[in-house]
Amino acid sequence: MTVTPADVVQVAQLARLRIHETALNDVTDRFGRILDMVAELQKVDTAGVEPMSNPHDMEQRLRPDQVTETDERAALQAPAPATENGYFLVPRVID
Amino acid sequence: MTTLDFATAAELATLLDAGSISARELTQDCLARIKAHDQQLNSVITLCEEQALAAADAADQRRAAGAAGPLTGIPLLHKDIFCTNGIRTSCSSKMLDNFVPPYDATVVKKLELAGTVTLGKTNMDEFAMGSSNETSFYGPTRNPWDTDRVPGGSSGGSAAAIAAGFAPLSTGTDTGGSIRQPAALCGITGLKPTYGRVSRLGIIAFASSLDQAGPMTRSVEDAAMMLTAMCGLDLGDSTSADVPVPDFTAGLAGDIKGLRIGIPKQYFSQELNTSVAEKIHAALADLEAEGAVLVDIDLPHTHQGIATYYVIAPAEASANLSRYDGVRFGHRCEDPEDLIDLYERSRSEGFGEEVQRRILVGTYALSAGFYDAYFKKAQQVRRIISEDFKRAFEHCDIIAGPSAPDVAFKLGDKAADPLAMYMEDVYTLSVNLAGLPGMSIPAGLVNGLPVGLQLIGRAFDEQTLLRAGHVFQQRTDHHKNRPVLTGGIA
Repeated sequence: MTVTPADVVQVAQLARLRIHETALNDVTDRFGRILDMVAELQKVDTAGVEPMSNPHDMEQRLRPDQVTETDERAALQAPAPATENGYFLVPRVID
Repeated sequence: MTTLDFATAAELATLLDAGSISARELTQDCLARIKAHDQQLNSVITLCEEQALAAADAADQRRAAGAAGPLTGIPLLHKDIFCTNGIRTSCSSKMLDNFVPPYDATVVKKLELAGTVTLGKTNMDEFAMGSSNETSFYGPTRNPWDTDRVPGGSSGGSAAAIAAGFAPLSTGTDTGGSIRQPAALCGITGLKPTYGRVSRLGIIAFASSLDQAGPMTRSVEDAAMMLTAMCGLDLGDSTSADVPVPDFTAGLAGDIKGLRIGIPKQYFSQELNTSVAEKIHAALADLEAEGAVLVDIDLPHTHQGIATYYVIAPAEASANLSRYDGVRFGHRCEDPEDLIDLYERSRSEGFGEEVQRRILVGTYALSAGFYDAYFKKAQQVRRIISEDFKRAFEHCDIIAGPSAPDVAFKLGDKAADPLAMYMEDVYTLSVNLAGLPGMSIPAGLVNGLPVGLQLIGRAFDEQTLLRAGHVFQQRTDHHKNRPVLTGGIA
């Protein structure tokens, strides 16, 4: 299967990554070789096989609906690049 | 104090109990050795000298008060993927170069409660994506057995530090072989527990259905001691298993007479170096001489494990790493034009090449139109691989083979070819896919470089692996081999 630089650019947009034009051919080539390698999966007959998302087929455990945490906003926001009055700051979204 | 450098934690605990050394002296000794030798290796990226000495003093007081446990006062290093309250936790990425977590990982807390002394944080492949430690933002770690060679990865800093005598214990994480392969390449003991055995809370996530933390040590006995302290149900991790935690040290006693060891022919295929194969066969003969019975088994989808892993792990990683957006924590680009610019530039500047590659592959595998052909298909093959193991365990109690296809390779040899690098983990990836425990223990040297024997167990049966490994280490001295470090003197 062949992937084109345009395919890679589209995937990069979905992943919110920006690939330098100078690197695009190399990135496409390596990306394509990985896809060729994983194409080996298609040789395995998986008809009727249930997909496995957890190796022990565990069910999601739910906790009782009780308050267990105290207010740690200041500590949790300390590593943020920009905050004000307890909010995370980002560039203006709506003019 | 030079004899302390390569002592096991169990040996050091005896000295601490006898009062012939204090935790402070031991900590000072380790810190001095790191300072003298780590310039060559680059295995420790953050040293916590003050905190370590304070913890050592607390350990000495605890021992004086008669409240010491088996790990009290034992120095330890954490892979820089474990969140440490107030201590920078970078995952060896520019993205988290400035990240100081406001909380401790459960593993960090548990080991602290046991009284260990945290010396610092170890280098690793960026976000644990790599098998050579060459993808670290802080530069590669070098193998103490030959500094032109890689230590393996992603827990390569931890493995190199233990092998170099910097500390007796380190934590590691293993998503596809990241404890076992560097343990093999550096000649130490490394155990990846069963998925769910050790809490993932506070471990920076790579692939959440595969990630497990485990001990990296100089002996199986130490691994048993450390694992006992690390594991247990944690309600903060919804995949943490509610199973009893045995005293793995007490369970080391006994022999392996009649233990059936399965030998998968796929683990001795053409990519295995023939000299490595000889060491593995010799190790198997040792286990046989101790009364184990070798049984041929079949793991027919071993090779498809690579393709399966390189869909599932990147897919889960692409989801996990979407949190790094330049808003809440981590790297933020300068002067973003708008929100999309903020996201794209922060991520492209903050992530290295291999991490970006895996995010791309994972995003692709999860995207509309490709989900069924890639992600769902890989999850189906994952079940087939898991069932291969179940079938094999009808005929054997543990499985044995090599941990890696070759000894440590030279820096740069595989860096340009991701697929060659991915082959490093051909014998370890399937174990994560099936969620089983796996351990690498030293099995001798080839051209002066360590070889690792891998033992794989049934889910939640770390004990049998540990007992077999302990019997092996009582019979052989491979785990006592140590590299000769040049440079300064500790």
